[in-house]
Amino acid sequence: MLNKNAKLNEKLFDQGVEQKPTRDGYGEGLVNAGYEDPNVVVLCADLTESTRCEAFAKKFPDRFFEVGVAEQNLATIAAGLGVTGKIPFIASYATFSPGRNWEQVRTTISYNDSNVKVIGAHAGISVGPDGATHQAIEDIATMRVMANMRVIVPCDAIEAKKATMAVAKVWGPAYVRLGREKTPVFTTEATPFTIGKAEVLWESNGKKGKSKKPQVAIIGCGPLLHRALQAAHELEEEGIGTIVLNSHTVKPLDEKKIVEVAEACGAVVTVEEHQVSGGLGGAVAELLAKHMPVPMEFIGMQNVFGESGQPDELIEKYGMGTSDIKDAVKRVARRA
Amino acid sequence: MTTPLHEKKLKFLEEMANTIREDVIKALVEAKSGHSAGPLGMADIFTAMYFHVLNHDPKKPDWPDRDRLVLSNGHICPVLYTTLAHAGYFPVEELMTLRKLNSRLQGHPHRKALPGLETTSGPLGSGLSQAIGMALALRLDNKKNSRVYCLTSDGEHQEGNIWEAIMFAGKQGSKLNRLTAIMDRNNIQIDGFTEQVMPLEPLREKYESFGWHVIDVNGHDIAEFVAAVNEAQAIYEKPTMIIAHTIPGKGVSFMENDFTWHGKPPSPEEAKRALHELRTLRGQIMSEHE
Ligand SMILES: Cc1ncc(C[n+]2csc(CCOP(=O)(O)OP(=O)(O)O)c2C)c(N)n1
Ligand SMILES: [Mg+2]
Repeated sequence: MLNKNAKLNEKLFDQGVEQKPTRDGYGEGLVNAGYEDPNVVVLCADLTESTRCEAFAKKFPDRFFEVGVAEQNLATIAAGLGVTGKIPFIASYATFSPGRNWEQVRTTISYNDSNVKVIGAHAGISVGPDGATHQAIEDIATMRVMANMRVIVPCDAIEAKKATMAVAKVWGPAYVRLGREKTPVFTTEATPFTIGKAEVLWESNGKKGKSKKPQVAIIGCGPLLHRALQAAHELEEEGIGTIVLNSHTVKPLDEKKIVEVAEACGAVVTVEEHQVSGGLGGAVAELLAKHMPVPMEFIGMQNVFGESGQPDELIEKYGMGTSDIKDAVKRVARRA
Repeated sequence: MTTPLHEKKLKFLEEMANTIREDVIKALVEAKSGHSAGPLGMADIFTAMYFHVLNHDPKKPDWPDRDRLVLSNGHICPVLYTTLAHAGYFPVEELMTLRKLNSRLQGHPHRKALPGLETTSGPLGSGLSQAIGMALALRLDNKKNSRVYCLTSDGEHQEGNIWEAIMFAGKQGSKLNRLTAIMDRNNIQIDGFTEQVMPLEPLREKYESFGWHVIDVNGHDIAEFVAAVNEAQAIYEKPTMIIAHTIPGKGVSFMENDFTWHGKPPSPEEAKRALHELRTLRGQIMSEHE
């Protein structure tokens, strides 16, 4: 059953559920943040429209800086602004920022403790036809491994808006990961969002099951959580109970909640549009190995690069579809 | 040395460039995504390279003594793929698989996907360094007949990596005299005109001050371009940059010089108009299809 307290979109399982890319939510949140705090400034590297910085650039032209195709310069100018009282948001595609400029982000933003918000758009394989060069599937890992960096992966446009406004308000380096494609808007304005706090979206003991408790915790981040909910819904009909946890903040991880659901279920599946090593799955595995070792399965890119194709085709081909999540749940339940 | 260009060959190249433009449009409209302006603007130069300048063998794409063409601005790959197909690397029909699942024609070129591609690109600014690496390796192996050509864009000259490469090549001087870079100077990038987004000029003086020989050409005049390549081959002391002044979207009136055509494909309706214009060379000749 959907968790009432999460106040999700009740139409989320309908065919016609509203679809919107998370980058749109970022664009809206950015304008709000701009009104709320005059210190918010935005820098972009020749991708102003597609990273959705354009509305901010139009509203606040004096607080917008076009740096051209120069991601290393993008990060380091922002680092200077960020230690001089400004709250810079820097946006590009995630393969380029924080890809190309990883060391600049590490030293001048993270270690230097500059108040910069790194926005990685077009993350994940659902970038589609542009192909593997443009599909960031390592960025959660490369950002998560940095001390002093927050990492947030919004699941839909509404959550992306909230995350954007939230990172503007807390001091310190942060990475927000966005997708290119339209994906279901399944949270609502009323859905709670706090950085570092994971939310239970679904909890079920399974309809026909004899079990008195959920058997598997599905811990995910990003738009794939919609497929995780779909899987949980179908599994319930088959008698298998699950918990679906939205771990939108990959760093700092909500350790308490994750240990709690792992203990309650005794088995875990992680779901992310990212390499299975180093991302959310890696983070959860590190935590549970120490505090609550349980069998795990990992949904994500299995140590391969992506390719051109339509987003949905790619999600299926690379094993991140609803049926793949269901299979992983069944596999891990057998091992528990 | 590239052979001189005779009237007949020139006419063949000009017609081939037009055919390549048509096939670029057909591939893009079928793909429903991809870049239009850059590929159309560079069709003359790609044709000149693969049908006249390069010493290559489509039947032996791994031939160690071949000339290398490194495409740094990978997003214009529709023109590279189309030229490779017409040059005999793979069937022209395969162009219809551009950007589709399981295709060898990835949205941005991938070296391991298709014979004839010298590198993987798309992320801008890293091609010139790779071309330098290839030229150095060929030199170490004493392959005196192989030359390396690097195709770059103007927008990517905003990347630091490319200036690091320019500085290095300048330092090497005559050791890299078999390296020739070619810039698509079309004045556009995604967010607008280059000189408004991030001014690049004076490009000639910048390259010269880094120790390069520089030649400016009209990128739609194949004879002038081939003459520039010949000049580059004759320069002993340094690498050469050929700044090719081009019209983005060349050949399709409603795309020319409009930066909004950087990264979108024509709709089926627009493709029809584009193909009509190309077939009739904008009304100068009657199309056999009319
Ligand atoms: C490192 C990197 N940053 C950003 C991009 C996104 N991007 C793709 S093409 C492009 C514009 C570059 O200008 P140019 O190559 O001159 O474009 P064209 O003339 O073909 O329109 C940008 C910013 C990229 N591909 N690589
Ligand atoms: Mg350009």
